[in-house]
Amino acid sequence: MSMNKQHSSLPGPNDVYREVLSNGITVLTRSNFNSPSVVIRGYFDAGSLFDSDEKLGLADFVTSALMRGTKKYSFDEIYHELESVGASLGFSTGVHKSGFHGRSLAEDLPLLLSLLADSLTQPAFPKTEVEKLRAQIMTGLAIRAEDTSDMASMVFDEILFRGHPYSRPEDGYPETIKRITRDDLMKFHRGHFGPRGMVITIVGAVKPEEAVRQVKRALGGWQVKGQKEALLLPELKLLKKTVSKHHKIAGKSQSDLVIGTNGPMRRDPEFMSATLGNNVLGQFGMMGRIGDVVREKSGLAYYAYSSLSAGTGPGSWEVSAGVSPQNVKKASDLIVTELKRFVDEGVTEDELADSKANFVGRLPLSMESNGGVAGALLNIERHDLGLDYYHKYADHVNEVTREDVLATARKFIDVNKLAIAVAGP
Amino acid sequence: MKNSLTIETLSNGLKVSLKEIHTAPIISSWLWYRVGSRDEVQGRTGISHWVEHMQFKGTPQFPANVLDKAISREGGTWNAMTYLDWTAYYETMPADKIDLALRLESDRMVNSQFDESEVASERTVIISEREGNENEPLFTLGEAVQQTAFRIHPYHHEVIGDMADLHTMTRDDLYSHYRSFYVPNNAVMAVAGDFDTDQMLARIKELFEPIPAGKEPARLARQEPAQNGEVRLSVEGPGATSYVQVCYRFPAASHPDFFPLSVLDSLLAGPSNLNMFSGGISNKTSRLYRALVDKEFAVGIHGGAQATIDPFLYTITMTIHPKRKPEQALAALDKEIQRIKEEKVSKEEIKRAMKQARAIFAYGSENITNQASWLGYAEMFANYNWFETYLDKLSAVTAKDIQRVANEYFKPQSRVVGTYVPVDGKA
Repeated sequence: MSMNKQHSSLPGPNDVYREVLSNGITVLTRSNFNSPSVVIRGYFDAGSLFDSDEKLGLADFVTSALMRGTKKYSFDEIYHELESVGASLGFSTGVHKSGFHGRSLAEDLPLLLSLLADSLTQPAFPKTEVEKLRAQIMTGLAIRAEDTSDMASMVFDEILFRGHPYSRPEDGYPETIKRITRDDLMKFHRGHFGPRGMVITIVGAVKPEEAVRQVKRALGGWQVKGQKEALLLPELKLLKKTVSKHHKIAGKSQSDLVIGTNGPMRRDPEFMSATLGNNVLGQFGMMGRIGDVVREKSGLAYYAYSSLSAGTGPGSWEVSAGVSPQNVKKASDLIVTELKRFVDEGVTEDELADSKANFVGRLPLSMESNGGVAGALLNIERHDLGLDYYHKYADHVNEVTREDVLATARKFIDVNKLAIAVAGP
Repeated sequence: MKNSLTIETLSNGLKVSLKEIHTAPIISSWLWYRVGSRDEVQGRTGISHWVEHMQFKGTPQFPANVLDKAISREGGTWNAMTYLDWTAYYETMPADKIDLALRLESDRMVNSQFDESEVASERTVIISEREGNENEPLFTLGEAVQQTAFRIHPYHHEVIGDMADLHTMTRDDLYSHYRSFYVPNNAVMAVAGDFDTDQMLARIKELFEPIPAGKEPARLARQEPAQNGEVRLSVEGPGATSYVQVCYRFPAASHPDFFPLSVLDSLLAGPSNLNMFSGGISNKTSRLYRALVDKEFAVGIHGGAQATIDPFLYTITMTIHPKRKPEQALAALDKEIQRIKEEKVSKEEIKRAMKQARAIFAYGSENITNQASWLGYAEMFANYNWFETYLDKLSAVTAKDIQRVANEYFKPQSRVVGTYVPVDGKA
């Protein structure tokens, strides 16, 4: 295989088309005629950051209700159109942005985009549907309350980001969901939904000019006066000492454990050295050093790995494991010892070389499907990485040194200032 | 050269399926063994899954800790899975690195060590995996329903096995299971992606043909007798949410009724996706969603079957609405089942199900890993032709067929109904 071929499988300026429409919507598109299908993905500025503490979960409630009926179509009509052609469309909510994702056969892209546009611009929030949805959300929250993994993550965020919007779950709490009225939903939609800041990617069996033409037809005329500006994040107060919390869930046979600290933002210069270091710590091979110590050597857990969550604001760097309730302390001690080793010694030359090869080698695999490419294009746009980011990716990876990884580890991880969350019996 | 399919059986009985796909510089290689939880007797339930775990613990050539790093270093992804009828191992790699995967799989077909201390540490890992499963209400309910549905047939236990057996199985049990089933004449090697067929076949022969054929492993064949009467059960556990599972008998994948029942499934609960790498679509206009979720008996509904060698189950799972009782949801479900037995479905509904199936197939073909998987997967319960003619067989289904199979298979006398009863932390 030539390098040329490898290159051509990665999206870049030669085959990604980007256009900003007059109303502010950015369109990114790349053709793939190997399969007769197409994927759309995108985001817009309406995340849970705008939610008050009293009505936390509002943004999520709004996006969940978008397809429950519009001024033109009922809930049943929307899904009849969509499902009759084997297409799918859905919305989700994050802290900063809300997003959408859908797919269809290429011949049904106009339909998919028209349903997207209708849901985004004309939702009716029918009363009965809002109440049905509320009952479904409440059940989801009841199930979350019993899920050791969900609850450990939630408690971890509460400790690490206390006093900061990142400490709050996007889907809210039962008492906040109960307070949200239909008027709240309509008001949130009027104030926060609009074309400014919206990004849409289309990847699949459609030519770029045709994809853009279709987006223009569906959403090019959307104008909103007074669309609210994105909010600034307050400053994060870092932990001054290790804080542990055990959230009791009775009757469970396994506990979940999350241990960690803050990590870089996506645009921080340390991002690449942190992800490479994290790969050594708890990803590479069978869940890296953490997997080796907790699973392979001690047999304490089926899963034990580390992850880095780096976005617009301060990120988190965490180790997660599912262990028997009686082994929580043992696993936790092993993990903290590994973190300490990571901060004291960093990574070896061989470990770093392995992780670099892993990052560069796996890139074409992550672009195997249209969804993978669409995700890559969103990543480029969201963090302003440049259309040639994936062509230059190997260089970005290879310029990281052992010293960079060590300095990054020391900058972010202090084993005396960890957040430790446990959920289980 | 272009998307050609080659199927050949080597002199030692290993079946090889190769499909060239030149859309990306990627190759996906799958090795499928005809062994799964249905090949396990009491006392050794979960052994196939445990053997799968041990296959990651090393050979003299690729010691534990070396092989996982080797795959990652080359930018590959790999995994394995064990199910009722089969165990599969796959690697998807940059095209020029696939040789590592081929060498690794030929090596661990015969040379895995099953070191005593590795067995001991993996025992607690698998127990931990099972404890994680037990945290989920739908696992405990599903396990109870499955063991009730199968008294005779070895489909009766979960793939992970019973806790009692996970505590007592020995290294020799595991090793002997491995040696009995991991023989070339009990396996299918499926490779798809950016390669030249002649070269690939030659390399596979070079690596795998020296492995001698083994004794044809005998598979358990105790057929489940007909069920004469509905069985109901309940499972208690923590939480605040009730679930109901209703299981009907479903035919083998190779049975002609599998296809009208698949269309029926699409109408009732939305189209199912039988494969693992491309996902499905929503089911909000399916009959059961409209009757149960729209009418607020449930907050979620899922239905589906698996492609299996012997008859298995069609499972409908309802997450009960907080204001309803499980019996009310079950009564609403029964009304819908009755309706599909009595009233013929329209041609439009069948046409719609076909279009959905076509779209899901198209999504699956975006992905080389998925295409390679189907090459071998279909062989585990039928053959690759089953997959290639799947859409044609669906499109031959008539309204009459659907009504007939609804009446024949969706009988209350041959179903199991399980309820998860939440006891709110008091369990």
